[in-house]
Amino acid sequence: MSIVTEQDAVPKLTAKDFASNQEVKWCPGCGDYSILKQVQTVFPDFGVPKEDIVFISGIGCAARFTYYMDTYGMHSIHGRAAAIASGVKAQNPDLSVWVVSGDGDALSIGGNHFIHLMRKNFNVNYLVFNNQIYGLTKGQYSPTSEKGKVAKSTPFGSIEEPFNPSELALGAKSTFVARSLDRDPKHMQMVLRRAHEHVGTSFVEIYQNCPVFNDAAFFAFSEKDTKKEQAIFVEHGKPLIFGNAEEKGIRFDGLTPVIVDMNTSGYSVNDLWIHDEGDKTKANILARFFDSTFNGEYFPRPFGVFYQEDRSTYEISMKEQIEELTERKGRPSLDAILSGNKTWTIL
Amino acid sequence: MEILESNFRPNVPIIEADSIVIRFSGDSGDGMQLTGNQFTDTAAYLGNDLSTFPEFPAEIRAPIGTTAGVSGFQVHFGSKEIFTPGDEYDVLVAMNAAALKVDLPRLKKGGVIITNTAGFDKKNLNLAGFAEGVNPLENGSLDGYTVHKIDVTRFTKECLSGTSLGMKDIERCKNMFVLGLLFWMFDEPMEYTITFINEKFAKKPELAEANIKTLKAGWNFGDHTEMFTTRFKVAAAKLPKGVYRNISGNQATAIGLVAASELSGLAMFLGSYPITPASDILHELSKYKTNNVKTFQAEDEIAAVCAAIGASYAGGLGVTTTSGPGMSLKTEAIGMATMLEIPLLIVNVQRGGPSTGLPTKTEQSDLMMAMYGRHGEAPLPVIAASSPADCFNTILEASRIAIEYMTPVICLTDGYIANGTEPWRFPAAADLAPIKVNFTTEANGPDGKFLPYKRDERGVRPWVKPGTKGLMHRIGGLEKQNETGNVAYDAPNHELMTRLRAEKIEKIADTIPLIKPDSGNETGKMVVLGWGSTSGAIKTVVRELIDEGHDVAHVHLHHINPFPKNLGELLKGYDKILIPEMNSGQLINLIRAKYLLPAIGYSKMQGLPFTTVELKNKILEIIK
Repeated sequence: MSIVTEQDAVPKLTAKDFASNQEVKWCPGCGDYSILKQVQTVFPDFGVPKEDIVFISGIGCAARFTYYMDTYGMHSIHGRAAAIASGVKAQNPDLSVWVVSGDGDALSIGGNHFIHLMRKNFNVNYLVFNNQIYGLTKGQYSPTSEKGKVAKSTPFGSIEEPFNPSELALGAKSTFVARSLDRDPKHMQMVLRRAHEHVGTSFVEIYQNCPVFNDAAFFAFSEKDTKKEQAIFVEHGKPLIFGNAEEKGIRFDGLTPVIVDMNTSGYSVNDLWIHDEGDKTKANILARFFDSTFNGEYFPRPFGVFYQEDRSTYEISMKEQIEELTERKGRPSLDAILSGNKTWTIL
Repeated sequence: MEILESNFRPNVPIIEADSIVIRFSGDSGDGMQLTGNQFTDTAAYLGNDLSTFPEFPAEIRAPIGTTAGVSGFQVHFGSKEIFTPGDEYDVLVAMNAAALKVDLPRLKKGGVIITNTAGFDKKNLNLAGFAEGVNPLENGSLDGYTVHKIDVTRFTKECLSGTSLGMKDIERCKNMFVLGLLFWMFDEPMEYTITFINEKFAKKPELAEANIKTLKAGWNFGDHTEMFTTRFKVAAAKLPKGVYRNISGNQATAIGLVAASELSGLAMFLGSYPITPASDILHELSKYKTNNVKTFQAEDEIAAVCAAIGASYAGGLGVTTTSGPGMSLKTEAIGMATMLEIPLLIVNVQRGGPSTGLPTKTEQSDLMMAMYGRHGEAPLPVIAASSPADCFNTILEASRIAIEYMTPVICLTDGYIANGTEPWRFPAAADLAPIKVNFTTEANGPDGKFLPYKRDERGVRPWVKPGTKGLMHRIGGLEKQNETGNVAYDAPNHELMTRLRAEKIEKIADTIPLIKPDSGNETGKMVVLGWGSTSGAIKTVVRELIDEGHDVAHVHLHHINPFPKNLGELLKGYDKILIPEMNSGQLINLIRAKYLLPAIGYSKMQGLPFTTVELKNKILEIIK
C-alpha cells in the first residue's frame, strides 16, 4: 500500500477545469459543442495534468476548439496541425498531444501530413470533425462530400468521389481507426477514452452536424427512426448485429460479408462475424461499409473502434535509437566534433 | 611508411609557384570529386591555404561521355592567402572529350592539359559533340597549351593485370593514376591518400591494394617518362598558427547547429526535406544524434518547417534547412512563426531560380524573398554567411538572435559556399559564448495571470514550455490582443501589434557589432559593399587594388536585417558605392531605400561566382 501525503493528493479535476475563459463561438446547434463537452467530460478521468496536454489545430470551424480548452494549445495554419504535432511529440514524448481537424483541413489541404503522421505512428490523438462541407468559408463541398453535392462552388453538383476516411487511414497504416458521432455522447466518450489509451496515432472520425451549411447529413445514423437500420455499432469480441429488432446480423461467406435475417435465414448469432479489432482484413472490409456494395447490397454504416494495433511509435523509436547509439558510441565532445577526424597544425 | 621520393629524376627542375589552380574534370563516374578532395587534403596538410569549388551535373547519371555528365572539382592552393577557388586554372585534367570541351574555356593561356586519351576515342568524341573526324588532341586546336596525352585507362589496366579484380573495378582505379601523377608534378607526398585508401577499403584489401598500386604507378609514370620537363612546388602559406581542418559550408552549418544546441542547452530538432544543394546539412547533422540532436526527414518542405515549429513550441530549438523552391513552400509557416514569436532557424542554401531553376548552380537571388517573402507584414532577422567556415558563425549568431528575441531567423548561404571548402582554424568549445535561454515558469500578470504576449524592455515575449504548471495558454496565427494573446480583431490593436513586432526586430541591432571595413579605410573614394558568398572575390580584388595604390575599401554585410546601426554613416563616407551581387540587384535596393544613397550595382546571373578579373575590371572602370 502506498502512502499518500497531503501534498500528493491532487483533487480530481472536473470538466469545468478544462474549459478556458474564452467564449465559445460556434453557430447555435453546431455538433462541435457536443464534441467539446464530451472531451471536457472524459479528460478528468485520464489523470493527465492539464499542463501536460497540448491541442494543435489547423484552420476551420473545428480548429477553434484549441481556444476553448484550458490546456496548452496552438491554433496553427491550414492543414498543418499533424506536422506541427509531429515536432511537438518528437521534442517531448511525454506530452499528451491532441490534433483537432475537419474534413477539409485533414483530408484536403492537410492530406499529405494526415497519411504520413499515421505511417510514422506518432503517439497523437487525431480527431477529424467530419461535416462533409466547408463551414468557415461558408459552404463549399469538401473531400468527404457525396458525389453530386450541390454547394456554393458546385451549383450543378460535385463530380468528385468522396474520401472514405477510415479506409484512407487504414491504407496509411494507422494503428487505431475509429468512428463516432456528435449526437451519441456516450459512444463518443467511449471512443475518446480508447483513443487516449492507444499508444500510437489514434484516428477518430467524428460525424458532426453543420446546421448551417449541411444540416442533417448524418441524421440517418443518429435519429431514432433510422438509426437502428442504417447504423451498426461494433464492439470487440461481439457479433455484428443491427436492425430495428436487432434481428439482422452480418456473416462471412468466404471473405464476402452478407446480411442475414436471423428470424428467417436459419442463421443464428453463432454464425455471425465476430468483431476483432486486431484483424486488419476484417477492419478493411468493415471500413468499406461506406459507399461500397457487396453483392449489390449496401451495408449499415459502422461506428466504434474498427482497428487497433500495437506498433512502436516514432518518437519512442527515435529515442531508443539515440540511446542505443549513445551507449554504443558514446557522446563525442563538442571539441571532437569541431575538429573532425582530419586536422593539421600550422606552427 | 615507405619512402616514396627516393627515386626522383634529379634533372627535372621544380618551379616555385605562389598559387596554383587545378581543375579535375571528367565524367560523373570518373571519381573526380574524390580525386580533387584527396589532392586538397594533402595540400592542406602541407600548409597551403586553399579554396575549393565542386561543380556537379544536375543529372545523377547523365549519359556517359556527354557534356551534360561532366563533373568538375576545382582547387586553388597557395603559399599566400586564398579567398576564391580561382577564375582560371593552371592545370586542367580532362578524363574525356566532353570534359575538355566544357572546361577548356577557363584554362589559362599556355596552361597544362592532362588528358586520358582513352576518353578521346571515336565514341567519346561523338558523344561530346565534336564533328566527325575532329579530335582536339590531334588537330592543332590545343597549340599554345602544354598537352600531355596519356592513355590512363590502358596504363591502369596494365598495372592491375594479374589481380583478381574484374575489369569494372580495374577501370575505376584510373583516377588514382592521375592523382599519383599530380602528386609527382606538385611534389606532394602520397602518404595521406594511402592512409585514406586503406581506411576506405579496410574491408576490401584487394581494392585498397589496387588503388594504391595505381596511385604509385601514376607517380612513377611522371618520374620515369620523359614526358614532363617541369615540376611545381607551392610552399606552405603563412597562415595564423593553430590547428586547422578543411570544411564545407554545409558541414559548417551542421556543426554550427550541434554547437548551438550545446551552447544553449536546448535540444536541436532539424525538420528537413531533401533538396539540392541543402541535403548535405541533413546528412551531416544526422550523424550527431548522440549530441542532443534529432533529425526528421519530413514528408514535404511544409511539414519540415512545421515540425520544427512544433519542436520549438515544445521547448527545443527547431531548425529547417532548404533551398529556393523549399523556401517558397515554407513561407506560410514562417509567417506563422513571426506571429507566434517563437525561436526558429531557417537555412536557405540559395541556388539559381526562379522555379526549379539551376539546382546545382549558385545564386544570391533569394534576399528579397528572405526580407519580404511572406504575406502581411512579417519582419524577421536575416543573416548571410560569407564563406564555408563562416556558416558556423552564422548559425551561432542566428541561434543567439532566435532564442534571445523569440523570433524566426533566416540564414542565407548558397551553393558556392555550401559545397566549396576552405581551411578552418576551428575554435575551442570553451571559447564559444554560451547562448542564454530563459524559460518562463512564473505568472507575469496581475492576480497571478499569465500574459503570453507581455513584452520585456526589448520587446520580447516570454517562452513557456508545455508542461509548465499553471501557465496554460493558447497561441495561434490569428491576430492577438496585446499582452493577453487572446484573439483580437479590433483595428487599433492590429496596428499596435504590427508595430510591436517590427520594433522588436529593429531592436536586435542593439546587439549587433558595428560594421567596419574588411579592407581599406573608413572613408575614401570608393567602397565595394558585398554580402554573402561574394566575400572571397571582393576581398582578393580590393586587397590587390589597395596594394596597387588605389583608394578603395571593402565592407561586407553579415546582418542584413536589421543592418548594423552605423552602416548608413559608414557608407556616406565614401564617394562611390559599388554593390556586386549574384542577382539582378537586391541588396542595392535595400541600401538605396534605407539610406537614399546612389549606389551602383554590378550583377552576375550565370550560376557562377564572380571572377576576380571581372570584378577588378568593374571597380577600375568606376574608380576612374
